[in-house]
Amino acid sequence: MTAEHRHVGKSSVPHRGMHADHEGRLTYWQLLEISVRELLVEKGVTSAGEIASEIAAMDGRSPADGARLIARAWSDDGFRKRLLSNASSAMAELGLDPSGLRLIAVENTRYVHNVIVCTLCSCYPRNLLGLPPDWYKQRAYRSRVVRSPRAVLREFGMELPDHKTVRVHDSTADMRYIVIPERPAGTDGMSEEELVGLVSRDAMIGVAEATRPQERD
Amino acid sequence: MPERVRVRCAAPPGHVRVPWYLRGKTGIIECRLGSFGNPEQLAYGLDAPHVELLRVRFRMEELWGNGCEKPDDTLDAEVHAHWIEPAGPCDDG
Repeated sequence: MTAEHRHVGKSSVPHRGMHADHEGRLTYWQLLEISVRELLVEKGVTSAGEIASEIAAMDGRSPADGARLIARAWSDDGFRKRLLSNASSAMAELGLDPSGLRLIAVENTRYVHNVIVCTLCSCYPRNLLGLPPDWYKQRAYRSRVVRSPRAVLREFGMELPDHKTVRVHDSTADMRYIVIPERPAGTDGMSEEELVGLVSRDAMIGVAEATRPQERD
Repeated sequence: MPERVRVRCAAPPGHVRVPWYLRGKTGIIECRLGSFGNPEQLAYGLDAPHVELLRVRFRMEELWGNGCEKPDDTLDAEVHAHWIEPAGPCDDG
Protein backbone atom coordinates (compact mmCIF):
# COMPACT_ATOMS: atom_id res chain seq x y z
CA MET A 1 0.00 0.00 0.00
CA THR A 2 1.47 3.36 -0.93
CA ALA A 3 1.62 6.37 1.34
CA GLU A 4 -0.89 8.02 -0.95
CA HIS A 5 -3.47 5.42 -0.01
CA ARG A 6 -3.18 6.20 3.68
CA HIS A 7 -4.69 9.60 3.06
CA VAL A 8 -7.76 8.52 1.17
CA GLY A 9 -11.21 8.78 2.61
CA LYS A 10 -13.35 5.99 3.94
CA SER A 11 -15.63 3.78 1.93
CA SER A 12 -17.78 5.56 -0.64
CA VAL A 13 -15.48 8.57 -0.72
CA PRO A 14 -13.59 9.34 -3.92
CA HIS A 15 -10.18 7.77 -3.69
CA ARG A 16 -6.71 8.90 -4.78
CA GLY A 17 -5.81 12.48 -4.18
CA MET A 18 -8.62 13.21 -1.75
CA HIS A 19 -7.13 14.33 1.53
CA ALA A 20 -9.36 13.55 4.43
CA ASP A 21 -7.76 15.66 7.10
CA HIS A 22 -10.13 14.68 9.88
CA GLU A 23 -10.12 10.93 9.32
CA GLY A 24 -8.23 8.54 11.55
CA ARG A 25 -6.07 5.80 10.10
CA LEU A 26 -7.90 3.54 7.72
CA THR A 27 -8.64 0.07 8.94
CA TYR A 28 -7.46 -3.03 7.12
CA TRP A 29 -10.94 -3.55 5.68
CA GLN A 30 -11.29 0.05 4.49
CA LEU A 31 -7.96 -0.23 2.67
CA LEU A 32 -9.03 -3.54 1.16
CA GLU A 33 -12.30 -2.03 -0.06
CA ILE A 34 -10.53 0.94 -1.65
CA SER A 35 -7.96 -1.33 -3.29
CA VAL A 36 -10.57 -3.67 -4.76
CA ARG A 37 -12.69 -0.72 -5.91
CA GLU A 38 -9.74 0.92 -7.65
CA LEU A 39 -8.77 -2.32 -9.34
CA LEU A 40 -12.32 -2.85 -10.62
CA VAL A 41 -12.33 0.67 -12.06
CA GLU A 42 -8.86 0.30 -13.59
CA LYS A 43 -9.79 -3.01 -15.20
CA GLY A 44 -12.99 -1.49 -16.59
CA VAL A 45 -15.32 -3.86 -14.69
CA THR A 46 -17.17 -0.83 -13.37
CA SER A 47 -16.64 2.91 -13.39
CA ALA A 48 -16.34 5.59 -10.75
CA GLY A 49 -19.54 7.16 -12.10
CA GLU A 50 -21.44 3.90 -11.81
CA ILE A 51 -20.30 3.45 -8.22
CA ALA A 52 -21.24 7.03 -7.36
CA SER A 53 -24.71 6.67 -8.85
CA GLU A 54 -25.34 3.39 -6.98
CA ILE A 55 -24.32 5.07 -3.72
CA ALA A 56 -26.57 8.03 -4.48
CA ALA A 57 -29.48 5.67 -5.20
CA MET A 58 -28.93 3.84 -1.91
CA ASP A 59 -28.61 7.06 0.08
CA GLY A 60 -31.75 8.34 -1.60
CA ARG A 61 -33.91 5.51 -0.30
CA SER A 62 -35.90 6.20 2.82
CA PRO A 63 -38.57 4.48 4.91
CA ALA A 64 -41.19 6.55 3.03
CA ASP A 65 -41.92 3.77 0.53
CA GLY A 66 -42.45 1.27 3.35
CA ALA A 67 -44.83 3.70 5.03
CA ARG A 68 -46.86 3.92 1.82
CA LEU A 69 -47.29 0.14 1.82
CA ILE A 70 -48.48 0.16 5.41
CA ALA A 71 -50.89 3.06 4.90
CA ARG A 72 -52.39 1.28 1.88
CA ALA A 73 -52.76 -1.94 3.90
CA TRP A 74 -54.60 -0.02 6.64
CA SER A 75 -56.89 1.63 4.08
CA ASP A 76 -57.62 -1.31 1.77
CA ASP A 77 -58.28 -4.73 3.26
CA GLY A 78 -57.82 -6.49 -0.09
CA PHE A 79 -54.37 -4.95 -0.42
CA ARG A 80 -53.57 -5.92 3.18
CA LYS A 81 -54.32 -9.55 2.36
CA ARG A 82 -52.22 -9.43 -0.81
CA LEU A 83 -49.37 -7.82 1.13
CA LEU A 84 -49.52 -10.67 3.65
CA SER A 85 -49.66 -13.39 1.00
CA ASN A 86 -47.05 -11.98 -1.44
CA ALA A 87 -45.44 -8.77 -0.30
CA SER A 88 -43.08 -8.36 -3.27
CA SER A 89 -45.92 -8.36 -5.81
CA ALA A 90 -47.97 -6.05 -3.56
CA MET A 91 -45.03 -3.61 -3.69
CA ALA A 92 -45.25 -3.60 -7.46
CA GLU A 93 -48.94 -2.58 -7.22
CA LEU A 94 -47.76 0.70 -5.68
CA GLY A 95 -45.23 1.18 -8.45
CA LEU A 96 -42.33 0.16 -6.20
CA ASP A 97 -39.67 -1.98 -7.82
CA PRO A 98 -38.88 -5.01 -5.65
CA SER A 99 -35.74 -5.62 -7.81
CA GLY A 100 -34.96 -8.99 -6.32
CA LEU A 101 -36.26 -8.22 -2.85
CA ARG A 102 -38.18 -11.19 -1.45
CA LEU A 103 -40.33 -9.47 1.09
CA ILE A 104 -42.48 -11.02 3.81
CA ALA A 105 -44.93 -8.82 5.69
CA VAL A 106 -45.87 -9.84 9.21
CA GLU A 107 -48.83 -8.27 10.94
CA ASN A 108 -49.19 -7.00 14.48
CA THR A 109 -52.58 -7.60 16.07
CA ARG A 110 -54.16 -7.32 19.51
CA TYR A 111 -52.58 -10.68 20.30
CA VAL A 112 -49.31 -10.75 18.37
CA HIS A 113 -46.31 -8.43 18.20
CA ASN A 114 -43.60 -9.00 15.58
CA VAL A 115 -40.02 -7.76 15.64
CA ILE A 116 -37.27 -8.16 13.03
CA VAL A 117 -33.57 -8.87 13.43
CA CYS A 118 -30.66 -10.34 11.51
CA THR A 119 -28.44 -12.07 14.05
CA LEU A 120 -25.81 -13.06 11.47
CA CYS A 121 -25.19 -9.65 9.90
CA SER A 122 -27.54 -6.81 9.00
CA CYS A 123 -30.07 -8.15 6.45
CA TYR A 124 -32.74 -5.49 6.06
CA PRO A 125 -35.25 -4.55 3.31
CA ARG A 126 -33.04 -1.71 2.05
CA ASN A 127 -34.94 -1.33 -1.23
CA LEU A 128 -37.97 -0.41 0.80
CA LEU A 129 -36.71 1.19 4.02
CA GLY A 130 -33.33 2.61 3.04
CA LEU A 131 -30.22 2.00 5.11
CA PRO A 132 -30.74 0.28 8.48
CA PRO A 133 -30.23 2.28 11.67
CA ASP A 134 -26.87 1.77 13.40
CA TRP A 135 -28.37 -0.03 16.39
CA TYR A 136 -29.88 -2.65 14.04
CA LYS A 137 -26.35 -3.65 13.01
CA GLN A 138 -24.86 -3.69 16.50
CA ARG A 139 -24.30 -6.85 18.49
CA ALA A 140 -26.24 -5.58 21.50
CA TYR A 141 -29.51 -5.55 19.56
CA ARG A 142 -28.78 -8.62 17.44
CA SER A 143 -27.84 -10.87 20.31
CA ARG A 144 -30.33 -9.62 22.89
CA VAL A 145 -33.56 -9.31 20.91
CA VAL A 146 -33.65 -13.05 20.20
CA ARG A 147 -32.99 -13.92 23.85
CA SER A 148 -34.98 -11.22 25.67
CA PRO A 149 -37.23 -9.45 23.17
CA ARG A 150 -39.55 -8.07 25.82
CA ALA A 151 -36.69 -6.47 27.73
CA VAL A 152 -35.26 -4.97 24.54
CA LEU A 153 -38.66 -3.64 23.46
CA ARG A 154 -39.09 -2.11 26.92
CA GLU A 155 -35.84 -0.21 26.35
CA PHE A 156 -37.37 1.11 23.12
CA GLY A 157 -40.34 2.28 25.18
CA MET A 158 -42.77 -0.55 24.48
CA GLU A 159 -44.35 -2.42 27.37
CA LEU A 160 -46.00 -5.53 25.92
CA PRO A 161 -48.90 -7.00 27.86
CA ASP A 162 -48.77 -10.69 28.84
CA HIS A 163 -51.63 -11.58 26.52
CA LYS A 164 -49.55 -10.62 23.48
CA THR A 165 -47.31 -13.23 21.93
CA VAL A 166 -43.97 -11.91 20.72
CA ARG A 167 -42.73 -13.32 17.43
CA VAL A 168 -39.09 -12.56 16.63
CA HIS A 169 -38.04 -13.01 13.00
CA ASP A 170 -34.37 -13.74 12.36
CA SER A 171 -33.54 -12.90 8.70
CA THR A 172 -31.05 -15.74 8.28
CA ALA A 173 -31.27 -16.27 4.51
CA ASP A 174 -33.05 -14.91 1.42
CA MET A 175 -36.18 -13.27 2.84
CA ARG A 176 -36.51 -9.74 4.16
CA TYR A 177 -39.23 -8.70 6.58
CA ILE A 178 -41.46 -5.73 7.27
CA VAL A 179 -43.87 -5.36 10.18
CA ILE A 180 -47.39 -4.08 9.57
CA PRO A 181 -48.03 -2.18 12.80
CA GLU A 182 -51.51 -1.99 14.32
CA ARG A 183 -53.49 0.93 12.98
CA PRO A 184 -53.72 3.42 15.84
CA ALA A 185 -57.06 4.32 17.40
CA GLY A 186 -58.56 7.63 16.41
CA THR A 187 -57.54 7.40 12.76
CA ASP A 188 -60.85 6.32 11.23
CA GLY A 189 -61.38 9.45 9.19
CA MET A 190 -57.81 9.81 8.00
CA SER A 191 -56.81 9.58 4.36
CA GLU A 192 -54.12 7.22 3.13
CA GLU A 193 -51.76 10.18 2.66
CA GLU A 194 -52.32 11.27 6.26
CA LEU A 195 -51.78 7.73 7.55
CA VAL A 196 -48.34 7.57 5.88
CA GLY A 197 -47.14 10.15 8.39
CA LEU A 198 -47.94 7.82 11.30
CA VAL A 199 -45.68 4.99 10.13
CA SER A 200 -42.10 5.29 11.37
CA ARG A 201 -39.12 3.21 10.33
CA ASP A 202 -38.97 1.76 13.85
CA ALA A 203 -42.62 0.68 13.68
CA MET A 204 -41.84 -1.29 10.50
CA ILE A 205 -38.93 -3.04 12.27
CA GLY A 206 -41.23 -3.75 15.21
CA VAL A 207 -39.49 -1.77 17.95
CA ALA A 208 -42.21 0.90 18.09
CA GLU A 209 -45.96 1.27 17.66
CA ALA A 210 -47.36 3.39 14.88
CA THR A 211 -47.59 7.01 15.95
CA ARG A 212 -50.94 8.08 17.38
CA PRO A 213 -52.36 11.15 15.60
CA GLN A 214 -52.19 13.31 18.74
CA GLU A 215 -48.50 12.40 19.17
CA ARG A 216 -47.49 13.70 15.79
CA ASP A 217 -45.24 16.79 15.54
CA MET B 1 -50.65 -31.32 12.29
CA PRO B 2 -47.53 -29.13 12.03
CA GLU B 3 -44.39 -30.85 10.83
CA ARG B 4 -41.80 -30.97 13.60
CA VAL B 5 -38.16 -30.70 12.63
CA ARG B 6 -34.84 -30.48 14.40
CA VAL B 7 -31.96 -28.32 13.22
CA ARG B 8 -28.87 -30.45 12.74
CA CYS B 9 -26.29 -30.10 15.46
CA ALA B 10 -23.30 -29.88 13.17
CA ALA B 11 -20.29 -27.62 12.87
CA PRO B 12 -18.87 -27.93 9.36
CA PRO B 13 -16.08 -25.57 8.32
CA GLY B 14 -16.79 -22.62 6.04
CA HIS B 15 -19.65 -20.17 5.62
CA VAL B 16 -22.85 -21.42 7.25
CA ARG B 17 -26.04 -19.41 7.71
CA VAL B 18 -27.48 -21.36 10.60
CA PRO B 19 -26.99 -19.43 13.83
CA TRP B 20 -25.40 -21.44 16.64
CA TYR B 21 -28.31 -20.81 18.96
CA LEU B 22 -30.61 -22.83 16.69
CA ARG B 23 -28.45 -25.91 16.22
CA GLY B 24 -29.97 -29.00 17.81
CA LYS B 25 -33.25 -27.16 18.49
CA THR B 26 -36.70 -28.42 17.52
CA GLY B 27 -39.42 -26.35 15.89
CA ILE B 28 -42.26 -26.60 13.40
CA ILE B 29 -42.26 -25.76 9.71
CA GLU B 30 -44.12 -22.48 9.52
CA CYS B 31 -43.73 -21.91 5.78
CA ARG B 32 -41.99 -23.38 2.72
CA LEU B 33 -40.28 -20.54 0.90
CA GLY B 34 -39.05 -22.14 -2.33
CA SER B 35 -35.56 -23.06 -3.49
CA PHE B 36 -32.50 -20.83 -3.42
CA GLY B 37 -28.80 -21.11 -4.15
CA ASN B 38 -26.94 -22.71 -1.28
CA PRO B 39 -25.07 -19.92 0.56
CA GLU B 40 -22.41 -22.40 1.62
CA GLN B 41 -21.20 -22.48 -2.01
CA LEU B 42 -22.33 -18.98 -3.04
CA ALA B 43 -20.06 -17.48 -0.39
CA TYR B 44 -17.04 -18.81 -2.29
CA GLY B 45 -18.25 -17.96 -5.79
CA LEU B 46 -18.88 -21.64 -6.56
CA ASP B 47 -21.76 -23.15 -8.48
CA ALA B 48 -24.51 -23.31 -5.91
CA PRO B 49 -27.21 -25.94 -6.36
CA HIS B 50 -30.62 -24.75 -5.26
CA VAL B 51 -31.84 -26.11 -1.97
CA GLU B 52 -35.23 -25.77 -0.35
CA LEU B 53 -35.58 -23.01 2.22
CA LEU B 54 -38.05 -23.27 5.08
CA ARG B 55 -39.15 -20.94 7.80
CA VAL B 56 -39.03 -22.80 11.09
CA ARG B 57 -40.77 -21.55 14.23
CA PHE B 58 -39.24 -22.26 17.62
CA ARG B 59 -40.76 -21.66 21.05
CA MET B 60 -38.59 -19.47 23.29
CA GLU B 61 -38.66 -22.19 25.94
CA GLU B 62 -37.07 -24.61 23.45
CA LEU B 63 -34.31 -22.11 22.66
CA TRP B 64 -33.55 -20.75 26.10
CA GLY B 65 -35.06 -23.18 28.63
CA ASN B 66 -36.73 -22.21 31.88
CA GLY B 67 -34.97 -18.87 32.03
CA CYS B 68 -36.76 -17.54 28.96
CA GLU B 69 -38.95 -14.47 29.25
CA LYS B 70 -42.15 -16.17 28.11
CA PRO B 71 -42.24 -19.82 26.97
CA ASP B 72 -44.83 -19.35 24.21
CA ASP B 73 -43.17 -16.39 22.53
CA THR B 74 -41.60 -17.57 19.29
CA LEU B 75 -38.64 -17.11 17.02
CA ASP B 76 -38.86 -17.75 13.27
CA ALA B 77 -35.75 -18.33 11.19
CA GLU B 78 -35.02 -19.44 7.64
CA VAL B 79 -33.24 -22.78 7.53
CA HIS B 80 -32.18 -24.73 4.44
CA ALA B 81 -33.57 -28.24 4.05
CA HIS B 82 -30.19 -29.95 4.36
CA TRP B 83 -29.89 -28.49 7.85
CA ILE B 84 -33.05 -30.04 9.26
CA GLU B 85 -34.15 -33.55 10.08
CA PRO B 86 -37.54 -34.94 11.11
CA ALA B 87 -38.16 -34.62 14.83
CA GLY B 88 -41.13 -36.97 15.08
CA PRO B 89 -44.09 -36.38 17.36
CA CYS B 90 -43.73 -34.24 20.44
CA ASP B 91 -40.66 -35.72 22.11
CA ASP B 92 -39.72 -32.85 24.36
CA GLY B 93 -42.91 -32.74 26.39
